[in-house]
Order: sequence, then C-alpha cells, then structure tokens
Amino acid sequence: MDILLFGAFPYVAIVVFFIGTIWRYQTGFKYSSLSSQFLETKKLFLSSVPFHVGILVILTGHFIGFLFPSWFTSAGGDGIISFETITLAFGLSAIAGLIFLMIRRFQNERIMTVTTKMDILIEFVLLVQFGLGIWIAVELRWGSQWYAAVMVPYLRSIFTLDPNISAVSAMPIAVQLHVIGAFLFILLIPFTRLVHFLVAPFHYITRPYQIVRWYWDKKAIRDTDTPWTTTRPKHL
Amino acid sequence: MDIRSQMSMVFHLDKCIGCHTCTVACKNIWTDREGAEYMWWNNVETKPGTGYPTKWEDQEIYKGGWEKHSSGNIALKGAGKRKGLLNIFYNPALPTIDDYYEPFTYKYLDLIESPQQDVQPVARPVSLITGKPIDIKMGPNWDDDLSGTPDFARKDPNLANLSAAEQEAMFQLERMAFFYLPRICNHCLNPACVASCPSGAIYKRGEDGVVLIDQSVCRGWRMCVTACPYKKTYYNWSTGKSEKCLLCFPRIEVGEAPACMHSCVGRIRYLGVMLYDADKIEQVASSDEKDLIQNQIDMYLDPHDPEVIAAAKANGIADSTLRAAQNSPIYKFVKEWKIALPLHAEFRTLPNLFYVPPMLPVMAMVGEQKGDSPKLHSVAKNWDDKWLYDTSLDEIFGTIENMRFPLKYMANLFGAGNEDLLADKLKKLMAIRIYRRHVTVGDISAEKSAAALADVNLTADEAEAIYKMTSLPKFNERFVIPAAHREQALEMLEATEEVKGNTGFGFTEPPVRGL
Repeated sequence: MDILLFGAFPYVAIVVFFIGTIWRYQTGFKYSSLSSQFLETKKLFLSSVPFHVGILVILTGHFIGFLFPSWFTSAGGDGIISFETITLAFGLSAIAGLIFLMIRRFQNERIMTVTTKMDILIEFVLLVQFGLGIWIAVELRWGSQWYAAVMVPYLRSIFTLDPNISAVSAMPIAVQLHVIGAFLFILLIPFTRLVHFLVAPFHYITRPYQIVRWYWDKKAIRDTDTPWTTTRPKHL
Repeated sequence: MDIRSQMSMVFHLDKCIGCHTCTVACKNIWTDREGAEYMWWNNVETKPGTGYPTKWEDQEIYKGGWEKHSSGNIALKGAGKRKGLLNIFYNPALPTIDDYYEPFTYKYLDLIESPQQDVQPVARPVSLITGKPIDIKMGPNWDDDLSGTPDFARKDPNLANLSAAEQEAMFQLERMAFFYLPRICNHCLNPACVASCPSGAIYKRGEDGVVLIDQSVCRGWRMCVTACPYKKTYYNWSTGKSEKCLLCFPRIEVGEAPACMHSCVGRIRYLGVMLYDADKIEQVASSDEKDLIQNQIDMYLDPHDPEVIAAAKANGIADSTLRAAQNSPIYKFVKEWKIALPLHAEFRTLPNLFYVPPMLPVMAMVGEQKGDSPKLHSVAKNWDDKWLYDTSLDEIFGTIENMRFPLKYMANLFGAGNEDLLADKLKKLMAIRIYRRHVTVGDISAEKSAAALADVNLTADEAEAIYKMTSLPKFNERFVIPAAHREQALEMLEATEEVKGNTGFGFTEPPVRGL
C-alpha cells in the first residue's frame, strides 16, 4: 500500500501534471484565472488576498526547505520558534481566506453559476490539505526540522527515481495524508483553474508598456530583392 | 521618423439622431452570446447624462487612463507594473456587473404555456447570469433622452466644475437640451489597456493601428477594464477573458466599413487612414494638458508631403494605404478644416476617434429677457412670458458665449477644458451655416456671409467642401479604406482553411469555463 501511495502515486501525479498542462495549453485559450471579481467584489478582498498571500508564502517555504534543507537544520532554537510562528500565521491566513472564498461562493448565486465541479473539488482538497498542514505545524513540532531532515530526502529520492519509502511510512498518519494531498494537488492542476499560477505574468515587469504586432516584416516585405516569407509569424 | 498608418474615425454629432442602429448592428454581429450580453462595444449616450457604465468619465471612481506626475512622466492611474501586480489578487478599481447592469430576459414561454385562468399571465424578468427571476434595477440605455432628470443628467461628471448657477440654468425646463454621444473603442495611439495588460495579450496592429485582445493569451487579470478610461474593454464573466471593439477588422481588411458605421442612419460616421510619427507618442502623451490636443493633431502628418511619403514608403506602408491617407475624410476634418476634436483628451491615451461638436445647443438659444432689453434680432420670437427664443442668425456669433449649454460643459467633453478651442470650432460650423443660408435661402447678404467666413479664416471653397462632406457624402467618401494586402501578408489572419466554419466572434474552441 505504501509503495502504491508513496512510490507510484507521485509519478502518476507528475506525469499527469506535465501531459495535462501541455494538453490543456494547446492554443492557450483554456488558461485563465477565471476571476469572478466582476460578479462580486466586496467579499473578495477579505478572502482572495489572505488566501493568495498565505498559500504563496507557505508554498515558497516548502520549496526553500526542499532546495536548501541545511538552512533549516542549522537554525538555532529561537530562530525556529519565530520562523514557525510566522509561517503558521500565513497558514492560518490561507485557510481563513479559503473558508471565506468558499462561503462567498456558496452564498452568491452569481458565483455559483460560474462554478464548475472542479472548482468545488479543488477547494475541498485545499481545505483538507491546509487543515492537515496547520494541525501538523501545531502538534508535531518542530516541523521545519524534521521536514528538512526526513521529508526532504524522501521528496528528493522521488526525483532521483529511487523513492525512499521507508522514511515516509514511519511518519504519523497526518503527515502521510499531507504528502498524498500534495501530490493530489499537483495531479489536479491541469484540470482546474489552478493552471493560472503557471502563467503568472512576471514578464510584465521587463516588457515595454506598449505592444505592437506586425503581421509581416514591415521593411523586408517591400524589398523586391528578398522573397516573401512563407513562415508563420512568431506569435501564431 | 517612424511613420505608421492608423485607421481613424470622425463622428459628426450634429447629425446623430440617437437611433442606436449602430449599437444593434454591433450587438448582433459580435456580442450576442453568453458572458457578453452586457457588453456594448458601440453605445450611444445622452449628454448630459451618466453614460455607460454609470459615470465612466469620473476617473476618481474608475481610475482609468494616464496621469502626469510632477516629474513630467506619465503613468497609468489605476494599473501599471507596480499597481497591477500588487493588486492582481484583488483589483480595487474594477467595475462590477452592477456598475453596468445585470443582463436579463423575460420568460416569454410563460405567456404561451399559461393555463386558462382569470388573470393575464405575465412574463417575469430573469437574470441572464443566474437564470433566476430578478428585479431589474437598470438596463441598457435607460438614461436615453432623460436629460434634466436628477438620476442621470445631473450626475454627469462633466458638470463637476460648473458653478451651481450654471448647472441650474442648464436644467430649467425651457432651456433644457441634450445631444447624443456615440462611442466605440478609440483605438488609441497610447492605449492604456495595452499598457496595463500583465499577460501582454492586448496589442496594437502595426499595419492599421487596430487595438485587439488576443483571446489565447488573455488570462483574466482584468487590469485592462480598469485602465481603459473610456471603459471600452469588457470582462466576459463566462469565458474569463476580456473583450473589446475590434473595429470589425474582418470587414475593414476586405474594404468594408465596420458594421456600426455601415449601418449608421444619420451617416455621421467617417473612417479613414491617418499617418503619424510613432516616435512622438510618449512625448505628445506627456504634454501639458493645455497643449495635449494641439500636439496630438500636429502628430498626424501631411500625406501629400513628399518627405512624409518617402518616409512612409521606407517604413513599408503600401501605395494604396498612402492613397487612402491622401483621400482620408478624417485628415480633412481634423487637419485641414480643424473642426473635429478628440473626446476627453485629458486621459492622455491619444484617441483616434474625433467628434465634430454639436451645434444644436447654440442654434436654438433661449435667453431670459432682462427688463426692456431689446431682442437680439427682429425675427426672434418673444414669448408671452419673459423668455426670449432666438433662432436668428444675425447675432449668432454673439450667442456662442451664451449658449444653452455652458461652453465649459462642451469643453470638458471635447476640449480638455479649453473653452477657446470649442468656441473656435463652433464658430466655424456656424460660419458655414451662415454661408449656406446665404446660398440657399438668400436672406443673409453676401457681405455678411463673407464676413462670417473671413472671421474664422475659411474660404467659400472650403466652406462648400465642408458642407458637401457633412451633408452629401457618398459611401466611398465617408469610408476610405485601403486594402489589407493579404497577398503580401499571407499570415495576416490564421490560415483560412483552419477557421472555416467559425462564426461570430471567432472562438476557435468552445468558450467553456475550466473543463
């Protein structure tokens, strides 16, 4: 059973994620944040902002731990306490935002008409995942220590194609569920609106404000010495 | 010099009868589908009035357009790189559906399927979003013709800097007047929507300057809705993508006029090519407010100038486009005759839709007779009460300052607050009327008409040309549209066989949310 859940399932999730996101991208039309702010804006501020800020900080924390576990294991006592307190606050912010988002969704008829089954599924998956995460952070101290020491080697072993299941099967059930939830989350990305974070607009920072698209090379096309191009323009 | 061609427009407001045929033509072709019911890419507003969405001109509410900072640079008021990315989870300046109206239909089937009963069946309104019965609070153009009503006309943002007395005078029953303001996307030279889009989905076409949203790149970050000061980008709540007027580019590429212009009953709309120097965009958009309009008009180049022609050809502009620019009705109205002005130039987007301001409020002028003050002219009608209704032409120049609409109101709309600019255009239009009255009716002497024309620096030939282009233009004089040169731009659209069978707005796959 453990082999199935911690040895095979992560690979299923990652493969589905890659194939699914590429399949869904195709023309790019199916990638959107599917914002519902246009239909309801008042309640969104107190739900969307804490949710997004919380989940981004927590995900970044997990990711840094994954990349640089020594930063966590070498940290001193006071550092761990303040670090865990701050991240717990962001975790609470994320779950509070999510609960507000779900209340907003179920209370508002307009939002319900633009709600898909996958929206509801992913919200419950996230709710369970956040709940587990907070429970783990409070009850199984200090998470940043054993995450760096035990979980990171397991996660890394997945990427070296030699999953070290013994580490994770010795963990408490809450942690095991949290791991399964994480890979379920990755599996569901291509089938939900979560794809929008894959196309986060960082390129906006460096691009010039105005964009002009030419459908032909405006100078070359008039030059009788060069044959007209028959290749498609870059953006098509 | 980086010369580009731009499809530009002139709307002649004196000719607009407010029939909304343009709006219906546009709606039928482009926005009659789920998520787009509330979108009016073309709409006709009654002025004074609040417009669509409600009070769209008030940028303290909607935060649209550019603003000039003390450093001399311009920046987007409610979006841009810093504000746009910081507010990406929640856009505080996003209008919601209630700023427009909740789209609705009626349960017509209830009328037909109602069983026999003692009372008449009714068709209840149902929301087109939720499908549930709703109480309609607002609908498309419900402010139509409602000048003077407290809910609409008096909330016009253009009245903000008028004195209380001036506002009161506008809404006295005997003085009340209104005119129509048809609006489409301005296809600006310095578009705020393009600059605000985090995904880079919105772009200006290099060949003809049409501003479009790439549906496959749009991610629904919805900053364009905030940034466009004219509120002409709309968020499709069903597909999660923004949409806007596309100047009927599939039509203009084959030389057809856009649907709104083609169907215009009053023939108020003109479409043509303007050549401009793209190197100057930022500099002109950052001008001082008082110079904005003149600098923008100076930016458009003379298509007859050999230097301009040579530079345009070097830049790849086709001969047919140059010829269209030389015959452009827009060039005549804006540059030669100087009687058309952009709407709200102070938003600094350099709009390419110009308006000939309406004369109606000047012509039928009502003044309060003070004591024994003489009538302006012998033909002026003296009513039994103290009101003087003066349609005489003799002293009409003198009445521009006393027009029914304070000049300041018109200047807020078309002159970026500059009243002299407006007075200049209105005097020109009036001089042409005096001249034509002299020609056709003959009750105005040749000297008087010549003096009126001289006063505004017009020759009789020019006045005749303006009259002809205003009153008697043929279809191909109103719309001078160059070919899109598909033969040289094989990929201007998708390969045609790939889009065969697609209709309407042209989604290449069904617009469904999520999966």
